[in-house]
Amino acid sequence: MSSASETLMSSTAGKPETTAMALLRRRNSWRAYEIVLWLIAFAMIFAMPSKALILTEITIVALFAVSLDLILGYAGIVSLGHTAFFGLGAYAAGLFAKHYFAEPVTGLLVAGIASGVLGFVTSFLVLRGSDLTRLMTTLGIGLMLAELANQMAWLTGGADGLSGVIIGPILGQFEFDLWGRTGYIYSLVTLFILTWAARRLVNSPFGLSLKAIKTNPVRASMVAIPSRHRIVAVYTIAAVYAGIAGALLTQTTSFVSPDVLAFHRSADVLLVLVLGGVGYLYGGIIGAILFTLLRDWLSVITPQYWMFWIGFVLIVIVMIGRENLARWHTFLPEPLRRAMTRIANWRPGAKIGGSR
Amino acid sequence: MFTRRAIIAALSAGVAMATLPAGPSFAQDVFKVGLILPMTGPFASTGRQVEAGARAYIAQHGDTVAGKKIELVVRDDAGTADQTRRIAQELVVNEGAGALAGFGLTPLALAVGPVATQAKVPAIVMAAATSSITEQSEFYVRSSGTLPQSAVPVATWALENDIKKVVTLVSDYGPGIDAETWFTREFTGKGGEIVEAVRVPLQNPDFAPFLQRVRDASPDAVFVFLPSGVGSLFMKQFAERGLADAGIKLIATGDVTDDDILNDMGQPALGAITGHFYAAAHDSPENKAYVEAFKAANKGMRPNFMSVGGYDGMHLIYAAIEATKGDTGGEALLEAMKGLSWTSPRGPISIDPETRDIVQNVYMREVKEVDGELQNVEFATYEAVKDPVKAAAASGN
Repeated sequence: MSSASETLMSSTAGKPETTAMALLRRRNSWRAYEIVLWLIAFAMIFAMPSKALILTEITIVALFAVSLDLILGYAGIVSLGHTAFFGLGAYAAGLFAKHYFAEPVTGLLVAGIASGVLGFVTSFLVLRGSDLTRLMTTLGIGLMLAELANQMAWLTGGADGLSGVIIGPILGQFEFDLWGRTGYIYSLVTLFILTWAARRLVNSPFGLSLKAIKTNPVRASMVAIPSRHRIVAVYTIAAVYAGIAGALLTQTTSFVSPDVLAFHRSADVLLVLVLGGVGYLYGGIIGAILFTLLRDWLSVITPQYWMFWIGFVLIVIVMIGRENLARWHTFLPEPLRRAMTRIANWRPGAKIGGSR
Repeated sequence: MFTRRAIIAALSAGVAMATLPAGPSFAQDVFKVGLILPMTGPFASTGRQVEAGARAYIAQHGDTVAGKKIELVVRDDAGTADQTRRIAQELVVNEGAGALAGFGLTPLALAVGPVATQAKVPAIVMAAATSSITEQSEFYVRSSGTLPQSAVPVATWALENDIKKVVTLVSDYGPGIDAETWFTREFTGKGGEIVEAVRVPLQNPDFAPFLQRVRDASPDAVFVFLPSGVGSLFMKQFAERGLADAGIKLIATGDVTDDDILNDMGQPALGAITGHFYAAAHDSPENKAYVEAFKAANKGMRPNFMSVGGYDGMHLIYAAIEATKGDTGGEALLEAMKGLSWTSPRGPISIDPETRDIVQNVYMREVKEVDGELQNVEFATYEAVKDPVKAAAASGN
């Protein structure tokens, strides 16, 4: 199937198709599981209107995790302070809505830009040193921002948080409702657009060069990949994503507390990503679904001791090995497995997928 | 083909579910109270105490009032404001909660304001102590107390007892600054002198260097506010630095000598003078019954000022439902709560109809050993203290 589409594409492109380009095109086409995932996500608007709030939370965590995946899964940068961008975006959106303009889409852009600027500036710190240094640097930036938000009470409301944020209707049309349905649709559309953009990004020569840097930075620079530029770029983009996730949180809750900059958020998002799997974008989304539902379910059953159980589940998952969980289908009987593989690799014709 | 069919199946399943009636239905005679508290994380003790207080009330008074069965729905927000907000929304929308309650910290309480206003349900603040909370929504009612409410009487008492020079030492966050501001205002306003104002970081504090500064300033007393929990470390270092031997008195708000942990503080806590609205050792028949029931239900845990916030918060709900004769509309309940007055385990209290904040006695207490246990023993009372912040705003200064 792929060879057929390759010949088709190379004839339309009018030049010989290289192996790398064919690989990218193949990766860029939509997989069945992706389509099903998005269809379910959108069907949830009608299927479970009473769960819109937790769905919104999943969406926001997912976007935050996708952002971390961009730098961790593709460029191999470990970060313990990713919530710095999330929190900055949350505060930027809150302050912007409070003092200037209450329309949320504009707020998202402003928050994205604010976080992007911080990401760009701090990316130069991340360029230095190896993993351990990066852990410490990112952690430090996160802690510094948290303390700033706490101390600048005149701007941020300090420890009490920023209250009195009133968010206007989306594009002047759709009011946020108490049931959270508008919030969910809004967050989901944002997540969809940004994930689509991220897919394009990582399945491009740019994305491929990031993976090269992650695997072996020395060799990457020997084949003339400008690794410093690439890291600065992807770090900035990831910061924009995280900022938008933070802004979504502010806009759907119309409140910002210093908690958005707390360390546990950085740790949680790392957990989410590890749970779902690193380096294929959907890991963040799947991890967010698992983590949030698990936490919600356990904390309803046992409000006092749910942390014990979540820790327990995480250890079990790590002990079994996430790889084993991810390839559970390999343990199925042969005919079933073949059918599964066919489904997983099924993708619609060239119309939706690769050709352009 | 197979997957196309799968997609269609998934879609039609979605549509089928959408046509099902959304949300659970409930019998008319159940009244749900959504109790949102930090049950995990650093503020878990607050959640534990408030929940136990609320449950103690239900155990004492039965779960039915004016034909309504009261059901407590407890949720953990882990001290995270956006969780509080989401849970509040879910409780109102999905569970049909008629009142929200709990809220361990100021940001957590503030996050709920828009939900309470939009859904028109009363939100009963059972622990958070920043004065401004009740101004953020018409639907807040407070059953705990505000920090200035305790800090101001301590200042008054200090002046009446020949304490002229004071160093203030507070945790560096909203409530700490509130306590410092209102203590200083009262103290200097009536002729006292603040020698130095020390602020200690909220996270992982080491008090030693700060206490040295206090000692070097050699005041008559040091006024302290710390969130409950770090009190024991403070007491230990206070004794180690020999401040008591240098003749420096310790005056504080009651958070520092929290009844829940006071007994474990040991000798260093003896003699500390604090002002607060509740002590487990308060001498009244209501309190004796409360402490006994509370300890029996909670494996000997001693009730503290937060538990009594939970207890009285439940009373507010019960009394309001009784007054409306079973009308559980949010606005009706709120009207019924305004101006309520009753005798709580902490003494006589009432809800100010203007501000929806609590009016209560503030007691001066000294830590003493009673029957082998450390207790906050009350020795003076300031009666019917209103929240000084709102009182000052009302009188225009």
